Amino acid sequence: MSEFEPIIVTFACHYCAYGAADLAGVMRLQYPPSIRIVKVPCTGRVDVHHILTAFEKGADGVIVAGCRIGDCHFKDGNIKATRRVQYVRKLLKEIGLDEERLNMYYMSSAEGARFAEVASEMTEKIKSLGPNPLRKEAKR
Amino acid sequence: MIIANRKPFEEIKAMVAPFNRILVLGCGTCVTVDFSGGEKQVGILASELRMARQLEGKPLETLEYTVQRQCEWEFIDPIAEMVRGVDAVLSMACGVGVQAMAERYPDKIILPALNTVMMGMPIEAGVFVERCAGCGNCVLAITGGICPIARCSKNLLNGPCGGSQNGKCEVNPEIDCAWHLIYEKLKAMGRLNVLMEIIEPKDWRPAGGGGPRKIIREEVRLEV
Amino acid sequence: MSEHAPVSRLEKILTKGYFAVTGELGPPRGADRSVIERKAQHLKGVVDAVNITDCQTAVVRMCSMAVAKILLELGIEPIMQMTCRDRNRIAIQSDLLGAYALGIRNLLALTGDHQSFGNHPQAKGVFDLDSIQLLQIVHKMGEEGVFANGEEIEGGPVRFFLGAAENPFADPFDFRPYRLAKKVKAGAQFIQTQLIYNVPKFAQFMHRVRDLGLDQKVYILAGVGPIKSYGAAKYMATKVPGMDVPEEIVERMRKTPKEQQKEEGIKICVEIIQQVKEIPGVAGVHIMAIEWEEAVPQITEMAGLLPRPQV
Repeated sequence: MSEFEPIIVTFACHYCAYGAADLAGVMRLQYPPSIRIVKVPCTGRVDVHHILTAFEKGADGVIVAGCRIGDCHFKDGNIKATRRVQYVRKLLKEIGLDEERLNMYYMSSAEGARFAEVASEMTEKIKSLGPNPLRKEAKR
Repeated sequence: MIIANRKPFEEIKAMVAPFNRILVLGCGTCVTVDFSGGEKQVGILASELRMARQLEGKPLETLEYTVQRQCEWEFIDPIAEMVRGVDAVLSMACGVGVQAMAERYPDKIILPALNTVMMGMPIEAGVFVERCAGCGNCVLAITGGICPIARCSKNLLNGPCGGSQNGKCEVNPEIDCAWHLIYEKLKAMGRLNVLMEIIEPKDWRPAGGGGPRKIIREEVRLEV
Repeated sequence: MSEHAPVSRLEKILTKGYFAVTGELGPPRGADRSVIERKAQHLKGVVDAVNITDCQTAVVRMCSMAVAKILLELGIEPIMQMTCRDRNRIAIQSDLLGAYALGIRNLLALTGDHQSFGNHPQAKGVFDLDSIQLLQIVHKMGEEGVFANGEEIEGGPVRFFLGAAENPFADPFDFRPYRLAKKVKAGAQFIQTQLIYNVPKFAQFMHRVRDLGLDQKVYILAGVGPIKSYGAAKYMATKVPGMDVPEEIVERMRKTPKEQQKEEGIKICVEIIQQVKEIPGVAGVHIMAIEWEEAVPQITEMAGLLPRPQV
């Protein structure tokens, strides 16, 4: 039986996390193909229903990646995102999904290695949790 | 404004358990402002219910809609078709909206997704506090603009009681003692003499003690 | 207040200028009257009248009126306590008529501890009235012979010797003497204070009370009580709202060996009685020895308060 390859929707902010992801590519750092990046101007743009929709559509995990606290280009966008991620983790519990499927990470655009690290870490975690039980068919 | 709070998810899930197709109906007024039942919250709850029901193997179909105000006929009349097409309506309005829906659509089960809690305001983003008890006879003129009915745990009119400590109420140290606030306010304004007058026992009839209340504005009535 | 003959022994003692002594009794959480009879025996003859609390801390206990009647049968003068927490004005006035008919003549009008403190926190707190409005109503029943709505009471005025409570240590500290003035204006004839352990702070309060001329209008009984143990002292100092227990007293209890703590606690009470007796404007003491009624004869003896005057 082949291993399950998760789909991890990753909301990355233009100013930091996306830059880090880009840099990881330039540095030829390896990270799992599970990461599906959605670029947002700021993690503060990510709303509760964006994350819920990702899970409802079958994502096995969701990452919200933004600037380090204090460095947000829009001042407090990442703080709002932090609050919302905490809230959605509670909602996941209510629904019956493991809250560990959702996480928020902070990094600067210079931290290519960090992005790769986060991607691997989260992928391992999701692999151990298994596919999203809402998925219609099992991922081959 | 009216402040409400969404019921626990388990309770809502149990309420809609018998149904396969529901309308999750939001309200664009008070419950939008307090983030409990507006369009966004409708989307979130509907998504939660769909996912939870799918995990249980009992899929739930949801319609999502938000009206301007669920407590006015003119806004809930136009959705008759939508209401007809579902097994039940999960209303995310305050208790008034739920009842308006139940009265306008008497053959449809209307379920309350929220607990209506109080009349209050946000003193900072996300923090809502009670300010008015709807007593029907406002005394704010003689209490320095601080309401002893809504904010004093014992509704005292000649407070504070002996349980006031460090400006906090004996019931819960997070509650400010309303009469302490009133005293400090009137003192700061040089109006302490107001507190020397004894306020007579309250007539509780305007506060609902005379039965459910009704207000008529003759000048805007259409039928004569 | 119109001229009238004293309606109770307590009123007689105070109007004749004697230093009054009152005690307190907490009713049982059951219907057994023998509990009351046992406790009351300790208080008979050593105090002028006995308070009966009204579901104190919102815990269900036998009602104050019933216990007051039992005390009357035992030859002890009761002070019935009535709070605003559990009854509306209809029930309150009805109870007052009943109490009067049973021979009860002293009444202490209180707001009442909030229901959240008690063993039935789900109950609806009534609070139709507050303590000041209650004082006014009882005052008018005695002075004018009318109910709260102005209607005449059949058979004439129903007059109680009317008291209220005041906590000199509650906040806002500055406002307390004015609140006392309001209670006097509403009809309070005597006041019992919260337990006093900080005598200097109480003296400060009394100073302001005298400035307002209130000592000429109302009899003030200082609340005192023996301390059972070091643990009790610590508890009162830290956990009870509205209580001021100075560090020296807590220390004193701490330094006392366990077997002698009760005696020490009684000694402290006696000392405080002797100190407050010297403060002008203090007309008596109210001894609160809940669940320790046997200490009261010793306290009154040691403080030189016995024998009680014959009036």
